[in-house]
Formats: sequence, C-alpha cells, structure tokens
Amino acid sequence: MNTNHKNGEVRIGFYICHCGHNIAGMVDCPAVAQFIAKLPGVAVSRDYKYMCSDPGQELIQQDIREHKLNRIVVASCSPLLHEHTFRNAVAAGGLNPFFFQMVNIREHDSWVHTDRAEATAKAKALAHAAVSRVRFHRALETTRVSINPDVLVVGGGIAGIHAALTVANSGKKVFLVERDPSIGGHMAQFDKTFPTLDCAACILTPKMSAVRSHENITLWTYSEVVKVEGYVGNYKVTVKRRPRYVNEDLCAGCMECITACVFKEGKFPDEFNAGLSKRKPIYIPFAQAVPPVVVIDPERCLQVRTGKCKKTCIEACADRHAMDFSQKEELVEIQVGNIIVATGFKLFDAKRIPQYGYGQFPNVVTALELERLVNSSGPTAGEIVLRDGRRPKSVGMILCVGSRDVKTNRWCSRTCCMHSMKLAQLVREHTDADVTVFYMDIRAPGKGYEEFYDKSLKEGIQFVRGRVAEVTDWAMAPEEEGKMVIRVEDTLAGFVRRIPVDMIVLAAGMEPQADAQAVRRMFNMSCGTEGWFLEKHPKLAPVSTFTDGVFIAGCCQGPKDIPDSVAQAGAAAAEAMALADKGYIEQEPNTAYIIEADCSGCKSCVPLCPYTAITFDEAKQKAQINGALCKGCGTCVASCPSGSIGQNLFEDEEIFSEIEGVLAYV
Amino acid sequence: MSDPKWQPRIVAFFCNWCTYTAADLAGVSRFKYASNVRVIRLMCSGRVDPQFILDALAEGADGVLIGGCHLGDCHYSEGNYKTVRRFQMLQRLLHDMGIEEQRVRLEWISASEGERVKTVINDMVEQVRALGPLNLPQHRAEWDRETAHPAETALPAEAAGGVQLAGQRAQPEVAHA
Repeated sequence: MNTNHKNGEVRIGFYICHCGHNIAGMVDCPAVAQFIAKLPGVAVSRDYKYMCSDPGQELIQQDIREHKLNRIVVASCSPLLHEHTFRNAVAAGGLNPFFFQMVNIREHDSWVHTDRAEATAKAKALAHAAVSRVRFHRALETTRVSINPDVLVVGGGIAGIHAALTVANSGKKVFLVERDPSIGGHMAQFDKTFPTLDCAACILTPKMSAVRSHENITLWTYSEVVKVEGYVGNYKVTVKRRPRYVNEDLCAGCMECITACVFKEGKFPDEFNAGLSKRKPIYIPFAQAVPPVVVIDPERCLQVRTGKCKKTCIEACADRHAMDFSQKEELVEIQVGNIIVATGFKLFDAKRIPQYGYGQFPNVVTALELERLVNSSGPTAGEIVLRDGRRPKSVGMILCVGSRDVKTNRWCSRTCCMHSMKLAQLVREHTDADVTVFYMDIRAPGKGYEEFYDKSLKEGIQFVRGRVAEVTDWAMAPEEEGKMVIRVEDTLAGFVRRIPVDMIVLAAGMEPQADAQAVRRMFNMSCGTEGWFLEKHPKLAPVSTFTDGVFIAGCCQGPKDIPDSVAQAGAAAAEAMALADKGYIEQEPNTAYIIEADCSGCKSCVPLCPYTAITFDEAKQKAQINGALCKGCGTCVASCPSGSIGQNLFEDEEIFSEIEGVLAYV
Repeated sequence: MSDPKWQPRIVAFFCNWCTYTAADLAGVSRFKYASNVRVIRLMCSGRVDPQFILDALAEGADGVLIGGCHLGDCHYSEGNYKTVRRFQMLQRLLHDMGIEEQRVRLEWISASEGERVKTVINDMVEQVRALGPLNLPQHRAEWDRETAHPAETALPAEAAGGVQLAGQRAQPEVAHA
C-alpha cells in the first residue's frame, strides 16, 4: 500500500489507549504501537494511558497540527461508547471528523481474553484493519433533521403520568395513551406507600386530575398504539381507540346508568379490586378514575353482544345523551418527535407455584389483593377479613414468590420486601393479628427503607428466614386445626418449623408485560433475556434505547418502586425535551448513494429498501436514492449486481481493506 | 493441520445494533472466549455482500461468522431477511467449491445475548479447528499453476514458478503445513 493514496498523501496518527489496566492489563500496548508505526502511511503511533481524557484528546489535536496528520485511528473501547468523543476531538483539531476510525480492543479483546500474547495479536490485527481502512475515508457532512416537539407517552401508570406532566409543563404537546379505561396503573390500587405510609391515592390522584385538565396533554384511555413508523424527530404513530360506548365529552360520571343497568347486581370480577368484588357490564373503574367516565365491557354488555337489551342505561342518561352504542373502533394517526414508553409490568401469577396453595386455599391471597382489602375504598371498606368474614388472628407473608427463583424468575422484584413490611404494619394497625414474614434476605436499600425495617421489627412483626417449602391444611397438632400450616426451614434457628396461620399473603413478583415482545418490536427496542426493555447503557444511558427518540421509564425497564419510576420518568422526559428543544438531530452520514455511471437500471435495489428511499428515474433509466429517507443499513449496496451503489462510511473498498487488515496479522 | 501451533482465523461481520452490541455486552460481562475471531462492524447484516465472505476466505480466513438481529427484530425492519436469502445461495456456492458449510455461519444474536456471543464463537472456533486450515491462498496458487497455459509451463521451471507466484498476493504468515 502506498503512502500516496488516491485521496492524496495519507498521514495517519495511531493511538492505543491503556484504559488504565483495562486494556494494558491484557494487551501489550507499546508493542501494538510499534507494530502499527511500521505500516505505510503511519506518521505517528503512540500509546497513552487514557485517550478519552482531555490530555488524550489534546494529544490528537496537537499531533494533527504538528505532524500534519489527516487520518486518525484510536484503539480503545467500543465505538458505541466513545466514537463521538474522538470524532469531536478530531474536528477540534481541524480535520473532518469522519477521517477517523475506532478500534474496539477493550470490550472485544482485553476484557474477553485470558492470554496476553493472543490478545495482543488480536489487537494488532484489528488495529491493522483500521489503519488499512482509514486511508479510504472521505470528508463527510452530517445532515440535520428537524424534530417535531410533540411527545407520545405510552402507558398511564405513575411513570407515564409523571413523564407526561413534566413534558407538558415545559410547553410541549403530549399524547398520553393508556390501554385501560383509566390512568393510574398499579399505584392507584395501592393503599399506602412505603416508607412514609402516605396514602397512594392522596399523592397520585392530584397528578391524575392534572393530566386531565392540562391544556398540553391529549389523554386517550382505552386506547393502544398499534403502529409506529418513521424515525427520531418524525414518528408517525397509529393509535387504536376502542369504543367505550359512552361519549367522553358528554358523560358527567353521575353513574345513574350503572344503577339502571339490567344487571341488578355486579356479576363480573372487578379488575381494580383484583377480582375481590363484582362489577356490572357498565362500570366506572374506580372512584377517582381519570377520565371519570363510565365504560362498557363489550364482552359482558347484552346490548353490545346480542343487540337485545332494554337499554335502560340510555333511558337513565336521557338528559345528557352520553350513551352511544354506535361507537366504532377508531384508528387515529398522530405525528410526534419523541416517544416515552412506560408500559409497566405484570404481576407474577402465584398459581405457578402450586405448593403455596394460591387458588386452592381461599385464604391465600396476593399482596395486591391485601392492598385492596386494607384500602378503605376497597371491597371490604378497609376491613381485613378472611373469606368467611372472620378476622384473621395470624397472618403469614411469603416473600420472593416468583422472584429470585431458578424455577420461575431469577431476578429480584425489588419492591416485595418493602411492600410486604408495609402491609405487615398495616395489618398490625387494622387488626391485632400476629404477623410473620418469611424471607430469604430483607432488601431495604433505599432512603428511609432500612429504618422502615427497624420499625417493623419494633412493632412486633416476626421475621423467619427461609424459603417456604409448602402451605398445607394437614393439621398435625391441635393448634393447627382449621388453619393453614406454613412448612419452612428456619435457616437461622437451623430446624424445620410448622407455623399455623389464618391468612397467607404471597408477595408475587414483577414480570414483563405479556405483550412486551410485540411492543418492543413495534417501537424497535431491544429486550433483555428476561423480557424487560433494554436501556442503551446500564449506567450512562438508563432511559435511552437503541432507537433514537424512544425512551423508557418505569417498570417496563425492570422492577422498581415508585420513587425510582418517577425519577426515571423525569429523566426520560428531560431526554425527550432536550432533543425537542434542540430542534434538530444530526444524522450519521452513512447513507447509500448511486454511482450513476455504473447503474444499469435493473431496479433490483428499488424494492429492497424498507424506507422507500430508492426510486427509479425513468428519464435517466437510473435508480435514485433520497438521502433524507435512507437510514444507512446498506442492504441495497450489498445487493447491487453492478456494484453501483456506495455507502458512506461503509464503502466496499473500506470493508475489503479491513478484511485484508484483520487477516494480515496472525 | 498437524501443526499444533495452527490457530483458526475467523472473520466476523456483526451488525451494529444487535450482535456488535451483544459482543460489547460480553465484554462488559467479562465472558471469556477464544481470541480467533476478528470482528468487522457493519450497520446491518444486510450489508454483508457475499463477496466479503469469499474475499475473506480467499485472503486466508478459515471461517466467516455473520451476526445479525433475530428475524423480525432487525433495526432496519427486514435487512436480515435479505441476509438469509443471500446466505442460503452462498452456501450452495461454497458447497460446489468444496468448502465445508460449517466454515461460514450465520447467527442471530440480540443485543442482550452477550453469553451467546461467547458460546457461538467458542463453538465455531472448535468446529473450524476440527476442520483444519482452509488454505485458500495456497490452493489458489496451485490452481493457477495447474490451469496455466502449456506454453508457460514449458518455460524453465524457476521462471514459470517465479512469474506465477509473483502474481499472487503475499502469503499470510500462517504457521501450518
């Protein structure tokens, strides 16, 4: 390879970063620098402790000036982490930032290999490839795409509510889409919140009404996002609005239609009360529902199902005419610049652990069911009672149900220790029952959480360390008669115990939503193996995703409590607002282009483009690529039979020289 | 193949969004795997031109690994479907060329499957190690000699050999028979 390249004389500066011991501990950095120094066109080759530090970046800039460098290669960490940093440094040195190539010798080399000689050989090969490739680099310009300031928030739980309000308060328009008939999510079902024991409704409902009354928020409940097209700054989103058969603008929430319904009594499990009470086919989700509008369950309502009903609800609403059985499912298209996904979690189905007897013994309940029992607006008006109406004298709480368990879910659901202790304190407050908590480890790592644990101990709540083996009603002693018995190995006492109780509360863990995979695909996000949405970087980009302009908040990213969900929602809102306020996004110039002289006009590229960026110019008989639509995948480039499509940053000659480079050194 | 010092050389083409990120995750998770694979980053597995694979083999690679997003998960909607179609055609071509199909592998590895990067690479390295060196550059030199024009072969031996070998690319310094 000649120093005098077709792009003029090539003067390459090569820098290998020690990254402290991260790289230098496994790769002989000076040896790599010496090896690269001998390659043609390399004017400077150095190793340095931290290339991303200010002095490291200044080193590049100084060398560009002093040694008249016109190509820069940095071997350090992943380009996904620091490519931007070094491009900026190159630009600050007066070069076009795309005369730069990065070599990943940390994530792909020093961190994953154990033999120093092998790791060094690999670093040399990878660096050789980059040095070969960078010769072909050309000056490129980024393009700016304007950003629609409107934001879509998907999911109306506490995370979605907080994100929507934060964005709306900054003056931007927000669309909040919620699948259920009311916003509020799981938090609305809770009685009190740990560790302050303030009532969930008291802190949530003001935020819910603020959403409804906010001039910048368009709230669509009973609706779902069904299609997302476009890209950051310019998303086109289709929302399916299900018919609630009640006109939202006309309904005053007086609930007379509910009283008038031909079903005299509630007959169907009430979702909000975790199935502990019954509702009618026409109902309002809960007293503080937002919007405070009646909804009809299409699978239960006689009129919707059969068209044969006396329609007493219409008569009851004669003055307002809010009932509307002619409503149809509607698809609405909206344009937004950014999307915040806050779709929450699903509770673990406790029936999956049959030895705990949920669904078998009537007095085995989930923590969420107990929340509703404790709540004064719940099915028992705040009375903690057994199914037969008696008050429990002893309550056992089993933690880690569907969490930290290789048979179900391996992760810790993070909130169960705390919410179980909260419920234990509430049970003590409402009844005089003995409460025993069965735990593996108490995890209370939050502000005021450990103190809350101390408080639980002081209030006389018993803690037994051990994973419960089973719940049985087989009495072996007189005091066990008529009770359920928890069999557990007390790992602190060192023997197996049988503890009879009246009521058992299962702290069911959190799971990704059942349709998380479909949602992930729709928004072009990634999932971890467990099904939680994947953040771009676990520490430094915790609410960003791999798709620009799509952010995640709350439990859809992983189990978390209310403070963390709110904090994440605020962070996601800030990220979306930052992009919207900037007004534009710089697009990576990795677009494809047609080399017209070579194009034979075969049109084989045209149908390949998922973005319809390729069209055919009939007059010229050549394909054309619209750079603004091209996203830079390069599929058309690889398929062009005459080799007449190029891709900036990923030219054939660049890749061929990389192949040659990686194979040139063993 | 009998040379114990021989190490398989594998060139990998990983898409930016899934498999390259997964390889980063493998690094962050400090999973340890064989060092024989050299990764070239592309935006999408759809960018993998079959020529890249043939070129890598011709240049001395003993195997080629292509990594992309799972079907249905492509960052660009459907680039990986194009990859599959090209890959299947290429496999037939490689078969006809007498190149074992285990040498060229297509794997879907999502951004969260760092551990899979480790298992796929280790598995592939072992497979290719079992197959032995591909030696395409040497074979190409031999083919050129065999198919050379009779007039050329009639030339004095050192001249003919010299001319033809000079036409070949420099042999990579592979320590094997």
